[in-house]
Amino acid sequence: MLNTVIGAGGKWSGRIGRGKLLRFTALEAGANVSLMLFHAHDLTERYNMPDTLKAQYTAHLTTGHTLMSDNGRVLAGIVHDELGWHDPIGGYTTRSLTDDRYGRTTYQDLRNDWLRSGQENFAVELTRHGLGMRDMMPVVNLFSKVYCDENGAMHYVQDHCPAGSSVTLRSEMDVILALSNTPNPLDRRQSYPAVPVRLEVTQAEPVRGDDVCVNHRDENRRAYENTWAYYSLI
Amino acid sequence: MGAYHRVESTRKPEQAVYDDIILAGDGWMRDLESGQVLRIVDLEGNQAADTLFYDADRPEDHYAAAATIARQGNIYLTTGSVLVAESGKELLTIVADTCGRHDTLGGSCSAQSNTVRYAHEKEHMHNCRDTFMLQLAKRGGDYGKRDLAPNINFFMNVPVTSQGGLKFDDGVSSPGAYVELQSHGRTTVLISNCPQLNNPCNAYNPTPIRILIWNE
Repeated sequence: MLNTVIGAGGKWSGRIGRGKLLRFTALEAGANVSLMLFHAHDLTERYNMPDTLKAQYTAHLTTGHTLMSDNGRVLAGIVHDELGWHDPIGGYTTRSLTDDRYGRTTYQDLRNDWLRSGQENFAVELTRHGLGMRDMMPVVNLFSKVYCDENGAMHYVQDHCPAGSSVTLRSEMDVILALSNTPNPLDRRQSYPAVPVRLEVTQAEPVRGDDVCVNHRDENRRAYENTWAYYSLI
Repeated sequence: MGAYHRVESTRKPEQAVYDDIILAGDGWMRDLESGQVLRIVDLEGNQAADTLFYDADRPEDHYAAAATIARQGNIYLTTGSVLVAESGKELLTIVADTCGRHDTLGGSCSAQSNTVRYAHEKEHMHNCRDTFMLQLAKRGGDYGKRDLAPNINFFMNVPVTSQGGLKFDDGVSSPGAYVELQSHGRTTVLISNCPQLNNPCNAYNPTPIRILIWNE
């Protein structure tokens, strides 16, 4: 259905129906793709980081975890993952962080080699769909690992993502997906760390009773039940 | 910024320009002027004060949980932590803290998230996001559910493990513990004094908080 490469610094957004597989593949080592999700038919319903983390007692995301909306439903589930850890707490880069860390760049000087920020990429893609600054929120950073020590200090793990690693989400609702292929804010490398990532969208099999996401926890099953109840009315 | 940085305030309650109690389960919304200091007191201990901030002159620019913690490299807030909005604007700085740990990841309870976390039949229960929305409705303007970004839970203890786990522990707060924040500009504060009856972190016993404001 879709097979596209989001270049380093690039962005993408689009409407994706429920029941699709979204396979992301890092084409080089050290990828980071920031992701936002909205319910396509009610844009006030969106991915909720706290609801997702506390319902699943987790501060990272991998196979079996679901991305929950603020209305107690499942926007997408992670059905396959080769990395074991994707970061839901590091956020996205701003223009000022990008300029401060990597040096100020302009389109006029560097044309399309100028360095993009997550803030600007999302501002554009959200505005495209009738959203804006007030809808900016925590993202999921695919391919990145950030862990916290006992004092709460956050640690970005270099070399977490080898070239070729992939993670596959399954959409459980009709969604607007917005992506920014920009660095993780906690990645301290001095040279703008962004690499191309492939996105392939294909049809998923119907969800089965032994599904890895539905059965991950009782909380996940109840969120799926809420989602199925919602669609049973439409 | 990292581990607990305990700083006691020298401000005296009798010199405050505002002093009130928010009962458990009630909401509160008010603007701080530039330089004003807000103190939130956990009167009986182990309460969670679910709090959101907005640029009062540009309310679409709300408190940004991820930007705040990534900027300081730490998920807990304490004295010295700067709270930023999605635009990067600095909203407030924590200038005193006698609690030691404030949660940035757990967010607020809602009718819908309670069905997921506890049971479908919990949907009717009083919850923080309903309290937030009632305050936004009373305020008027075009505030809506879109403006309910992930919030801070002052006094709540939500540890994250190095293995990527997250748990809800007994609070580290105590009766009379407080946090004080100084506003960098005109900042709107929205509080739901958490009514949660499902969560052991407040011993299933939500209690009042006290709010004080000084001009500086």
